[in-house]
Amino acid sequence: MSETIHITINGIPVEVEENTVILDAAKRINVVIPTLCYHQDICVAGNCRVCLVEVTGQKRLAAACATPCEEGMDILTNSLKVRNCRKHIIELLLSEHHSDCTKCYKNGKCELQFLASEYKIMTQDFIELYDEKVHTIDNFSPSIVKDDSKCIRCQRCVRTCEELQGVNALSVAYKGHRMKISTFYEKSMNEVVCTNCGQCVNRCPTGALVEKNYIEEVWEAISNPDLHVVVQTAPAVRVGLGEELGYPAGNRVTGKMVSALKRLGFDAVLDTDFTADLTILEEGSELLHRLKRALLDKESNVPLPMATSCSPGWIKYIEHMYPEYLPNLSTCKSPQQMFGALLKTYYAKVRNIDPKKIVSVSVMPCTAKKFEAARPEMHGSGYRDVDYVLTTRELAIMIKQAGINFAQLEEMEFDRLMGESTGAAVIFGVTGGVTEAALRTVYEIVTGREIPFKNLVVLPIRGMEGVRMSSVKIENPLEEWKFLEGVELNYAVAHGLTNAKKAMDQIKNGSASFHFLEVMACPGGCLGGGGQPIPTNFEIRKKRAAAIYAEDLGKPIRKSHENPEVIKIYKDFLGQPLGELSHKLLHTSYQTRERS
Amino acid sequence: MIEQHLLLKRVDFIFVQDTDWEKILQKSIHRSRQELINELISSELKGRGGAGFPTGLKWKLTSEVQGNEKYVICNADEGEPGTFKDREILTRVPYKVLTAMAVCGYIVGASNGIIYLRGEYQFLEKPLNEAINEFSYFCKKINLDFTIKVFMGSGAYICGEETALFESLEGKRGEPRNKPPYPSVNGYRNKPTVINNVETLAHTYTIFKYGAKKFYDLGVQYSRGSKLFSVSGDTPKPGIYELELGMSLQDFVEEFGDGDTKAVQVGGASGFLVPRKKFSETAIGYQGKLIGISLPTGGSMMLFNSSRSMYNLLDNYLEFFREESCGQCTPCRIGCQQLLAGIKAVKKGDRPAPYLDKLLKLSETMQFTAKCGLGQSVANSFASIVENFREEMIY
Repeated sequence: MSETIHITINGIPVEVEENTVILDAAKRINVVIPTLCYHQDICVAGNCRVCLVEVTGQKRLAAACATPCEEGMDILTNSLKVRNCRKHIIELLLSEHHSDCTKCYKNGKCELQFLASEYKIMTQDFIELYDEKVHTIDNFSPSIVKDDSKCIRCQRCVRTCEELQGVNALSVAYKGHRMKISTFYEKSMNEVVCTNCGQCVNRCPTGALVEKNYIEEVWEAISNPDLHVVVQTAPAVRVGLGEELGYPAGNRVTGKMVSALKRLGFDAVLDTDFTADLTILEEGSELLHRLKRALLDKESNVPLPMATSCSPGWIKYIEHMYPEYLPNLSTCKSPQQMFGALLKTYYAKVRNIDPKKIVSVSVMPCTAKKFEAARPEMHGSGYRDVDYVLTTRELAIMIKQAGINFAQLEEMEFDRLMGESTGAAVIFGVTGGVTEAALRTVYEIVTGREIPFKNLVVLPIRGMEGVRMSSVKIENPLEEWKFLEGVELNYAVAHGLTNAKKAMDQIKNGSASFHFLEVMACPGGCLGGGGQPIPTNFEIRKKRAAAIYAEDLGKPIRKSHENPEVIKIYKDFLGQPLGELSHKLLHTSYQTRERS
Repeated sequence: MIEQHLLLKRVDFIFVQDTDWEKILQKSIHRSRQELINELISSELKGRGGAGFPTGLKWKLTSEVQGNEKYVICNADEGEPGTFKDREILTRVPYKVLTAMAVCGYIVGASNGIIYLRGEYQFLEKPLNEAINEFSYFCKKINLDFTIKVFMGSGAYICGEETALFESLEGKRGEPRNKPPYPSVNGYRNKPTVINNVETLAHTYTIFKYGAKKFYDLGVQYSRGSKLFSVSGDTPKPGIYELELGMSLQDFVEEFGDGDTKAVQVGGASGFLVPRKKFSETAIGYQGKLIGISLPTGGSMMLFNSSRSMYNLLDNYLEFFREESCGQCTPCRIGCQQLLAGIKAVKKGDRPAPYLDKLLKLSETMQFTAKCGLGQSVANSFASIVENFREEMIY
């Protein structure tokens, strides 16, 4: 039992448990203390000093985010001293910041701008320290733009990269007035270990780290009558988009999103979920194939456990950090890339459109997808499979630009031909979802029976624990799969690259007992992706996850292999999973990358 | 050597030969921990790094924390401009420091000691390690489980701040941590840690050797004992002097000044500049009203005569802070830049003289809001210089 501490905040008595920080205590009584460097997902830094409060009797102010409440504390969050100091801090930050707000991508979304507005900083008494000559903008990465002149050195990005992702692409360099956030040898973000996951972008309070946006390019394509512009949307987008457009977290806006995309002028609005279902068939077959080689054919060097390959941040991570395990990755492309490849082949053929004239756009919860689409391997169709990748946030910007009253839109259905999907595909957007979807299909392929979980909900694999493991026992398999009789199929799920590292280290030291490993680079899976609405934090991720699971339950079909369009594409075009055409269009290879 | 007309009483504890360290060590570790702590507490020894935290209390706090893994760290990152006493202690009487660390380890239950040595003192590393070897040999002989290692700093001023020092020791960037928690319960490697300045440790040796009374009898109320002073600047006799605490600055200047002393910087760049007119009302020591103002110091005493520009002095300090701030917290990183740019602008006439008042306000904000002692203390020199020599800032 922890002790109860009695304090007062602005004269209001509050009781809190031991070790509660002042910031949280204030929240209890609806007192908002402004913060900049604080973020729920990462450790407390206490370096921006915006959240300072006065503790009666103490000369110095205390950082509310970092100071635990002590018995009898009398705290003032809005005394004159606090206000004056806080204003000073904001003025100082502004004097170092490149305040060209109207030309900034984060205009209207910047936490420093909010504070400046809240405190009505109308003049700049301090001397302008920002010097145009010394800052360069790093926009070489296809995913992330880093502009140091906007940086307030809160180190949220550094802590995110280290704690959540274990990548350490960003760290602090130099000291004193030269102190900055930088990369290894100050190289471009494009040349270092950065996985493009965008978690830093999602946490940057200002415009120092933003996604590279392709909004104008997409508008241009849409308005070109000669081009056939097709958009696909990832499963996690539909549970996040609403937050950018006035809805509280956890709302599904699938129908309205489709409606809005049509209004934006896309020639076809299709669903990445379709290729998510396809991924399950390809990846599931691949897993069974590897198991067969290992268990039946007794081959000695079958790369098991097999790891998922849908998350491009994870792919780049393993290419840098564990290149010796690249053979363990499934060779399946991600659903986005499968979609792109099929769009300029299958779709073009069926719809009788010249693939040269198809512009393939995807809306993703992800910034790494921008990098993935630009990989040289991703030209299976003979063209660049995906031309432009937009994040959820960019889509929201386009919807606003087009003057669409989102809330009033009628709900519409995805267009057909690569627009049909199942509940199994929807859950790709949440950590554990790929595994669950795969189990629903693989178990049924092997045994001819549905997976023995009520409502097909594989409960043991759900949740937000960093690394989760479970297993399912195979009994009475069909004749073809007799070698799997009695086999405990073990699977592991990790989300966030720090957790991926834990799973990989198990593989490395030989203690891993699982056959299948699902990794999503971002915490919570795609729903917590770097391209999702800001803020994203633990509570919000939980709400988005609930929305995704609700979407799954609401789908008439909830198993990938029952998707009629998937059945049709194998019949009419691909032949069979792992077939020759599949291999050409749906599978890929990986490359070793340096660790710098 | 015969000194003439000594105004200030010299004390000679610190640099008295340390050849009896084996005896002192053995004697001390055969006394009870409580007895030793009480001895220290009754001596009223306070931290000689400048902050003045009661040493006995510090050791007591760590000794009361549960846990097998504890550390004793000697802060030898002597970086304050104008301070050079720790270097001398480690050169001339290293065994006193080592002995004090071992006794501290015995008291608090730590078996590991680390000396964090200033990067620029690399030349001390070898002789220090030789002393440590001999010391360790003796420890083994008397079955005392205590090892000492030297860790070289890399030249950052901020690493003298205790929590930044821990970060540095842990191989990380030297950035101060949030307090609480304090080192006595959560320090190096998040374990209970005693961290003391070199001189503080050397004083404990004196106390263990002669008893608390002999130490306590020196000095004045709240400021007991003696202290090493690093005297530099416009003085005919620069050097290191061990003096009683509580002296008036007037007496100090009369003894060490060159007859034309305009101001004295007490406590280095992060200390205070005292102008001539306030010499007689200023005493050197810790809090408590004696003759007026009482200023603590880590030992740095810089004298300036009338040929010196106080503007240049402040410019120099601010340049130093702008460079040596770790850069993590807003008020310190940007505040130092603004103060420097601000006085330059006023001097040049780009900003009106009243802009100095805005800067004074800013320095006060830094004092209230900075994360660590560095940013908090910039206001000390800034305000004391600007307030006392305002006209020099403008014209």
